Amino acid sequence: MLKTKKVAFMRKFSSLAAASLLTGLLAVSAVHAAESADTVIPEHQQWSFAGVYGHYDKGQLQRGFKVFKEVCSQCHQASQLVFRNLDEEGGPEFSKAQVAALAATFQVQDGPNDAGDMFKRPGRPSDNYPWNFANENAAKAALGALPPDMSELAKARTVEYGFPWFLIEALPFFVNEEQGPDYIYALLTKGYVDPPKGAEPVPNGFYYNAVIQGTQHRIKMPNPLAALFNADGSPQDPKFYTDGTVMTQDQVARDVSAFLMWAAEPKLEERKKFGFRVMTFLVVLAGLLYFVKKKVWAGLKDESPAV
Amino acid sequence: MSGPSTYVPQSALGRWFEKRLPIMGLVHSSFVVFPNPRNLNYFWTFGGILSFMLVAQIITGVTLAMHYVPDAKLAFDSVEHIMRDVNFGWLLRYSHAIGATMFFLAVYIHMLRGLYYGSYKEPREVLWILGVIIFLLMMATAFMGYVLPWGQMSFWGATVITNLFSAIPLVGSTITTWLWGGYSVGGPTLNRFFALHYLLPFMIAGVVVLHVWALHVPGSNNPAGVEPQTEKDTLPFHPYFTAKDAFALSCFLVFFAWFVFFVPDYFLNPANVIEANPLVTPQHIVPEWYFLPYYAILRAVPNKLIGVIAMFASIGLFAFLPWLDTSKIRSGKYRPLFRIFFWAFVACVIGLGYLGSMPPEGGYIIASRILLSYYFIFFILILPMLGLFETPSKVPASIAEAVLGSGGAAYVQPKNAAAEPNTKG
Repeated sequence: MLKTKKVAFMRKFSSLAAASLLTGLLAVSAVHAAESADTVIPEHQQWSFAGVYGHYDKGQLQRGFKVFKEVCSQCHQASQLVFRNLDEEGGPEFSKAQVAALAATFQVQDGPNDAGDMFKRPGRPSDNYPWNFANENAAKAALGALPPDMSELAKARTVEYGFPWFLIEALPFFVNEEQGPDYIYALLTKGYVDPPKGAEPVPNGFYYNAVIQGTQHRIKMPNPLAALFNADGSPQDPKFYTDGTVMTQDQVARDVSAFLMWAAEPKLEERKKFGFRVMTFLVVLAGLLYFVKKKVWAGLKDESPAV
Repeated sequence: MSGPSTYVPQSALGRWFEKRLPIMGLVHSSFVVFPNPRNLNYFWTFGGILSFMLVAQIITGVTLAMHYVPDAKLAFDSVEHIMRDVNFGWLLRYSHAIGATMFFLAVYIHMLRGLYYGSYKEPREVLWILGVIIFLLMMATAFMGYVLPWGQMSFWGATVITNLFSAIPLVGSTITTWLWGGYSVGGPTLNRFFALHYLLPFMIAGVVVLHVWALHVPGSNNPAGVEPQTEKDTLPFHPYFTAKDAFALSCFLVFFAWFVFFVPDYFLNPANVIEANPLVTPQHIVPEWYFLPYYAILRAVPNKLIGVIAMFASIGLFAFLPWLDTSKIRSGKYRPLFRIFFWAFVACVIGLGYLGSMPPEGGYIIASRILLSYYFIFFILILPMLGLFETPSKVPASIAEAVLGSGGAAYVQPKNAAAEPNTKG
């Protein structure tokens, strides 16, 4: 009698525990519902470097580099980018001569020389890609804010899809490590829209961008594509792309996003190629070890119990 | 590691050496003929996996240290240099960073296995406590390692965690200043964290030796929770468990390699590829996933000091498990009520982990408090009371019976596993 009572008590107690767990989870979902309606969540795009066999599209990286050189690098720094990276395998793969010629068009500070003076000299492939500003304060003074460093930008930005997507995007076939370029692409193509009616006016020096979160959709960067396109969307310089690719805002945004992914992950191709071999080896090894284990343990079940 | 060795070396040189240093005999008795319960399931392979992970972390870590510069001005760039210019530097760094994640994943499975099967119960209390010490050392190592890349999350994570010590009454701010080596997290902090991050893994290795030693005195627990009684209940470590562990490790490595090669940034916070900047605070400061449940507990309590105490207590309570759990039945397999509370506890910890990743506001805080309450009630009330109230199901008489079935024979009740609720004393 007493025993059943105790069991009933424990059952009741356990259902109480389950109920409080459920209450906790409900409280969480209530918070989730309250999210800004004006926010544009970047959508996942098709990228050549996605997936297990992913590799960069050299033509795309070369176009993206041109956009970076002509537009982005006017304000942004790419502190980790070295000229020689541009001819390395798994990148835009310009020729060594092209890279040397490109580097030479920049004047780089060097020194001190034997007389103790700093001097300027033409750039070499071993130099870091120079910045338009002497230091961060100079950039802040000229631009009103410090533009983020572009060499890691594609990895420093992400898109959070929440539960359960954050679990799914780690799985084979669904794998997604391209949130950074997705974000940059969306910011450039979907972000610069007119603010919704009734929204607070955007103060001077700021621009409205629906992709930016946490700052009431405000960004200090004016639409950078405006530097390449007319108001009607036609390219200012139809010969900007020299490889025959049709130059649209969408294409330019894609190309520069892909370039920034390479700038942040220059070893992506090497990593995926090497990874495929390692995974093949490990799967075969695991398969063999499975049979080894099975063989070693075979026959044990037939023995009579010890009791 | 216990009892005299039966090992006889084959060669004359072997016999000569064995007389002077019987290390081969030690290896032989510990990892060759050592008797393991034959019914161990795959949850028992995580000890081997963890040993592998420790060695792997030390090897990749020492190699990384050859290229890393522990200086506040150079640390971030030196990590980028490893990623971009060092041959296979990306492989070393991703293996090490994701290795930490895999290490914690394996240790959590290992701990929950111990909890479910009652592996901490007499005579394995010291073994368990040594495990808790390893876990604490691991947490300290992982935290300091996370500071080294000197990204935004490294810096602000270090600021939040070291600031916890300022909650200590009277001496708090003195201790914090002493930890920092200055008046905020900075170059001296980075330097000492690097030194300690290099030191602690070797201390872990030392405690692991004690952990394995303490394991080899009573031998492994097993899913049935009854001790081996005859030779039929056990199998020699080699080849049976070497083969099983090797297979399990290779499966674990497939999982590990998937993340290293195809989703390396999955566990890394995007804010950490931005160099540390003391003037810009990230929107949300979150630790790595393996610290999230404790972070949720810390933030759920409105009072800072009590929050810090609750956080440390939530880990410290594990050390008292052998005495908090009053049931004499080891394995959760034969404890129907315990099983319910156990899985609720697992769900509670996962829920706390989720809440730890969310901003500390509104419903998230309320939910954290509810889950936090269950966390402590589980240890302090449920586990002690269950032993008094719960009626266990029938426990097999021996391991051989648990594996091979009783063949129609009635179950024999072992002396220490009565079907009646066991009231202590």
